[in-house]
Amino acid sequence: MLIEFLFELRSRKLRVTTHEWMALMEAMALGLHESSLNGFYRLARSICVKDVTQFDAFDEAFLAYFRGVTADSLNLSDELLSWLRDPKHLASLSEEERALIESLDLDRLRELFEQRLREQSERHDGGNRWIGTGGTSPFGHGGYHPTGIRVGGGGGGRSAMQIAEERRFRDYRKDRVLDVRQIDVALRGLRDLGREGAPDELDVEESIDATCKNAGDLELVFRAPKRNQLKLVLLMDVGGSMDPHADLAERLFTAASRAGRFSRFRPYYFHNCVYESVYEDAAFRRPVPVPDLLAASGRDERLVVVGDALMHPAELLSAGGAIAFSHHNRKPGIEWLRHIAEAFPKRAWLNPEPERFWPGSTIELIADVFPMWSLTLEGLEDAVGHLARGTGTR
Amino acid sequence: MTSHADSFDRFQGTERYIASDDLRHAVNVSLALERPLLVRGEPGTGKTLLAENIASVLGCELVKWHIKSTTKAQEGLYTYDTVARLHDSRFGDGDVRDIRQYIHYGPLGRALAAPERVVLLIDEIDKADIEFPNDLLLELDAMRFRVSETGDEVVAERRPFVVITSNNEKELPDAFLRRCIFHYIEFPDADLMRSIVRVHHPDIEERVLDQCLEVFFNLREVPRLRKRPSTSELIDWISALRRAGVPLERVGHGIPFLGSLLKNEQDFSYAKRRGLA
Repeated sequence: MLIEFLFELRSRKLRVTTHEWMALMEAMALGLHESSLNGFYRLARSICVKDVTQFDAFDEAFLAYFRGVTADSLNLSDELLSWLRDPKHLASLSEEERALIESLDLDRLRELFEQRLREQSERHDGGNRWIGTGGTSPFGHGGYHPTGIRVGGGGGGRSAMQIAEERRFRDYRKDRVLDVRQIDVALRGLRDLGREGAPDELDVEESIDATCKNAGDLELVFRAPKRNQLKLVLLMDVGGSMDPHADLAERLFTAASRAGRFSRFRPYYFHNCVYESVYEDAAFRRPVPVPDLLAASGRDERLVVVGDALMHPAELLSAGGAIAFSHHNRKPGIEWLRHIAEAFPKRAWLNPEPERFWPGSTIELIADVFPMWSLTLEGLEDAVGHLARGTGTR
Repeated sequence: MTSHADSFDRFQGTERYIASDDLRHAVNVSLALERPLLVRGEPGTGKTLLAENIASVLGCELVKWHIKSTTKAQEGLYTYDTVARLHDSRFGDGDVRDIRQYIHYGPLGRALAAPERVVLLIDEIDKADIEFPNDLLLELDAMRFRVSETGDEVVAERRPFVVITSNNEKELPDAFLRRCIFHYIEFPDADLMRSIVRVHHPDIEERVLDQCLEVFFNLREVPRLRKRPSTSELIDWISALRRAGVPLERVGHGIPFLGSLLKNEQDFSYAKRRGLA
């Protein structure tokens, strides 16, 4: 029956594998779920879900699957009542328990019991699988039902259903298009390994050679370790029409800016289109004139632009077309873009807009100047391949 | 089930470390299943401390492996000190023919070679190269490795209990995740935080604590902070307040020692502009 829960999880895009499922079964065989729904919730979550952004999907699946179980528990009442009616069972109870049951007449008991169960299916309450409001419940004293259904028992703490219902992890949820790791893997292609810096790595082969030449007297040869020599300039469009893509751009930035990935990494920002200056910060407080940027960049540096390249044609093609009202550009944006393109033979433009929107917009014009790929895993890999080879157009 | 219960519920937190129910449960599940425990959470929520406390509760030695961006999986197992051997061959020190002298076990190697069970902490695994976790898969699964220079096979007599922490910065590979028990340390709520502070400052006055917590949680609510203050910063801040003997009345109107709560320059000046300092 539980196998359905696995499919429930998988239907919500949780990639629970057989490996993890078997671990869960093993854990349950060891009794690690503590025979309670709470315990099972924790256990299943800690084994099956490895990412806090997926906790919410797990909560959903858990609710969908086990809400049914709590509702089914209403069917149980008949069985339980017939058990209560049978005096043979009452005999096995202690004096105290018998007194307690007898103090309630059967109709009242049934009423209470059904009420409690209804409450439960509505509120998904209680610390135990069936009824769990704790020690004062008249239903909590009987111990085990003859057919093995446990009634009563310890409440206390918050139940799995309550936790799942709260869906505290909703905020963490991201149905990611492209996660940081995928970007990371893709960017690994951007390498230009070379030896540079202090020689602090022993070159065993060379040392043996040198020692032999030295008539067996030891001669150690050191060399610089291999490092990525690739330099990257990242130019990012922020604000306005880029806002819906801010997350994606942020992830690319996170992956690209990891320490030690490139020998030199410089991010700059612009809004809408590049004119006289780009900015060192996304708040546009520290401008860097484009000619200065170009002068400070070598021709082997790679340039990646991230932007939607979508604007009013005048913003790209006319002098004075800059979107900021206070800013008057004497040269049209496309001229500035051509300047930059000339300075960076190895360049790529990543566009988060779906490719089907490209024709007939400013995107097409810019794609003439910058080889352009869509900001998807595939596009990113192609762009990286292009940058690593470093020549030609798309 | 009952017979197992004794061996199961083993980790309860300690006097020095307050663990939530969920965390205790996760630790015990990974103890029982003998799988690595992967802990993630905001920086400063006590991920590293957890391993120390598990070790002290289980009464075993703790082997720490702090991961840096340059750490290689091989270094965790062992390194072969070629330079020392060449050096010795030249100056005639030591027995050069015995390669074992020049094999040094790394933290993972030591944990596997230990005769007793140890707790191995692999701290901040996400800092290393992206393939690093995958390189550890075989050793963590089989709990054995081979020293290729000598042909020695090291097999763990008792599987070490492995605690892995990560700062939630980046995804780890699926194959690696599949083998772990996962726990996300949520930020403590006010009640849990109260008991955590009590552990570190047992004699703090209730009134002071109330006020400190209020300031602290309000500060966390301030929008657009780059790094919100966490548990360890709260504890440091309270120490600073007490040591300096700042009068109680001042807490609440402008925060003294704001620098021990906000470590980011932008955050600090931002909070100042909002009149918090």
